[in-house]
Amino acid sequence: MRMAQPRPDAVFAPWDDPSETPLIQFKNVTKRFGDFTAIDDLTLDIYAREFFALLGPSGCGKTTLMRMLAGFETPTEGTILLDGVDIGPVPPNERPVNMMFQSYALFPHLTVWENIAFGLKRSDMPKDQIGDRVERMLKLTQLGKFAKRKPHQISGGQRQRVALARSLAKAPKLLLLDEPLGALDKKLRHETQFELMDIQESTGTTFVIVTHDQEEAMTVASRVAVMVDGNLAQVATPDQIYEAPTSAYVADFIGDVNLIEGAVEAGSTGTDVAIKWSATEEPIKATSDTPPPAASTVQFAIRPEKVAISSEKPDAANVMEGKILDIAYLGNISTYHVEVAPGLIVKAQATNTRRISRRNLTWEDHVYLSWTDTAGVVLTE
Amino acid sequence: MRRFSWFNATALTFGFAFLYLPMLILIIYSFNESRLVTVWAGFSTKWYGELWQNEAFLDAAWVTIKVAFWSSTLATVLGTMAAYIMVRAGRFRGRGLFSGMIYAPLVMPEVITGLSLLLFFIAIGLDRGVVTIVLAHTTFAMCYVSVVVTSRLVSFDQSLEEAALDLGCTPFDAFRSVTLPIILPAVISGWLLAFTLSLDDLVIASFTSGPSSTTLPIKIFSAVRLGVTPEINALSTIMILLVTLGVITASLISRRSALKAREDERKAMGG
Repeated sequence: MRMAQPRPDAVFAPWDDPSETPLIQFKNVTKRFGDFTAIDDLTLDIYAREFFALLGPSGCGKTTLMRMLAGFETPTEGTILLDGVDIGPVPPNERPVNMMFQSYALFPHLTVWENIAFGLKRSDMPKDQIGDRVERMLKLTQLGKFAKRKPHQISGGQRQRVALARSLAKAPKLLLLDEPLGALDKKLRHETQFELMDIQESTGTTFVIVTHDQEEAMTVASRVAVMVDGNLAQVATPDQIYEAPTSAYVADFIGDVNLIEGAVEAGSTGTDVAIKWSATEEPIKATSDTPPPAASTVQFAIRPEKVAISSEKPDAANVMEGKILDIAYLGNISTYHVEVAPGLIVKAQATNTRRISRRNLTWEDHVYLSWTDTAGVVLTE
Repeated sequence: MRRFSWFNATALTFGFAFLYLPMLILIIYSFNESRLVTVWAGFSTKWYGELWQNEAFLDAAWVTIKVAFWSSTLATVLGTMAAYIMVRAGRFRGRGLFSGMIYAPLVMPEVITGLSLLLFFIAIGLDRGVVTIVLAHTTFAMCYVSVVVTSRLVSFDQSLEEAALDLGCTPFDAFRSVTLPIILPAVISGWLLAFTLSLDDLVIASFTSGPSSTTLPIKIFSAVRLGVTPEINALSTIMILLVTLGVITASLISRRSALKAREDERKAMGG
């Protein structure tokens, strides 16, 4: 999903480098509101210059986590360190952290220029430098023409950029973005995602973004934390989250997936795993770095685009026979819903490289699904 | 749907007559040439002129305006603070009781408010005068201010204040430079309301006023006991005018700001 972007420097992966010290450290942080536990004993490191995404359904605790970084909530237990300093007792106005609000929270009685200058006037920046700094932010976000306007006199996309400029103006160590693109329409959202990435790279600021849009998280983030019920389901790079999910929850939450339940067959060697999923059919051949013990129940997860579909029997590690129940035509791709056993439907995706008249698969057709032994993931949870 | 019917027209006429006929008669007789209040002797504005010569009335008017200004200003500060705390404090034990206690003076019989204030001022040894009337009017007017300001604050986006804190404001600076400018129309209309309430209060003022501090309503009330004069009609007409202006301005300001807030919201949503 991530668009290829030329990165001149070496691969950016401070989380793999044991000598790096994290910018932010959550240490066994718990946050309770009355009886409700919003964050449950969470430990997480975020590194400088990262674009870190907190992803999860509403109510998973991602917003609470961000509000604790901004200083609007304090942890019930545990500590949060920023640059090695416990920020628990530091009020929001004294943190080197700025936030871009979901509603943008632009001050309606001030112009765009005054909104951006608002934080600078309350910093120790000399008065004569404030103007220059505001002009730079206006230029960075292409808002020069709108400096004199009030927030209600500009469009939603422009307001979003004012909010970004205002939160970046003080050059914070850490910028928090709460669903920053939620109010934009889809096309504008895509453009803005790339603008955000450019700005993040050119300013070198650490970004933490909260979103419920998985595609957005995958596009912009260096690492994604998938959250569920106040805890982390998985923290990894977007490609690892997608290709190597560690739980059925993550596999299912990110993108489309086929989950097939089965039992591990005895006699597997090395990294090979054979999964018995049906009494009559051949077991699924897969691989796993940590093969689960024989007879244990596992879920086999495979993405629809890794399943090939054909009308003649192919030569592959895994082949299943079935009947097409449904075809979802999406323009560039089609998703075929194939019933391989009573009640078990496997989705296969094919790129529509030919125009519609030349394609030969249709409803009720008898087809073969196939994939290699490394195409899927074996999940024990 | 809205067809003319004799029943509706009659009900409306009677209703309005009931409400406004007495005042209308008072206004008409204030322009009466005759010294006898109930005998019409032609149009004249001479009683308004006489009013300007009457030292006692002018003094009372000056006291009333001073009292109204200071009590409404104090009530606005206190009422805004009360409203802010009640809206912002979130849920805490006894919140319902607390907010009920802020609004209770709205329905408290004025005689009781006046009497309790009188006893209180005597107990603490405060001589009755302008100061005591100001304090008394502040106590009941701040409830009205807090009602008006609360209704504005509940629709106020709290993330604006968080944004101000986030950008380096202390909580007080955030209130002064962000919250207050935005809720200002409601605060002003609360002030105007408090001002008009203080202008026409008789009961509480008569409990708390001293010999040197007679307000206009007290003056009128005592003058009428010696007989209604056309001067009093003229004075009452001026007061009706002032109060009407105050109330209309207050409601216009709050309605305009409510409309503007809705408009801004619509624009913000529509992009």
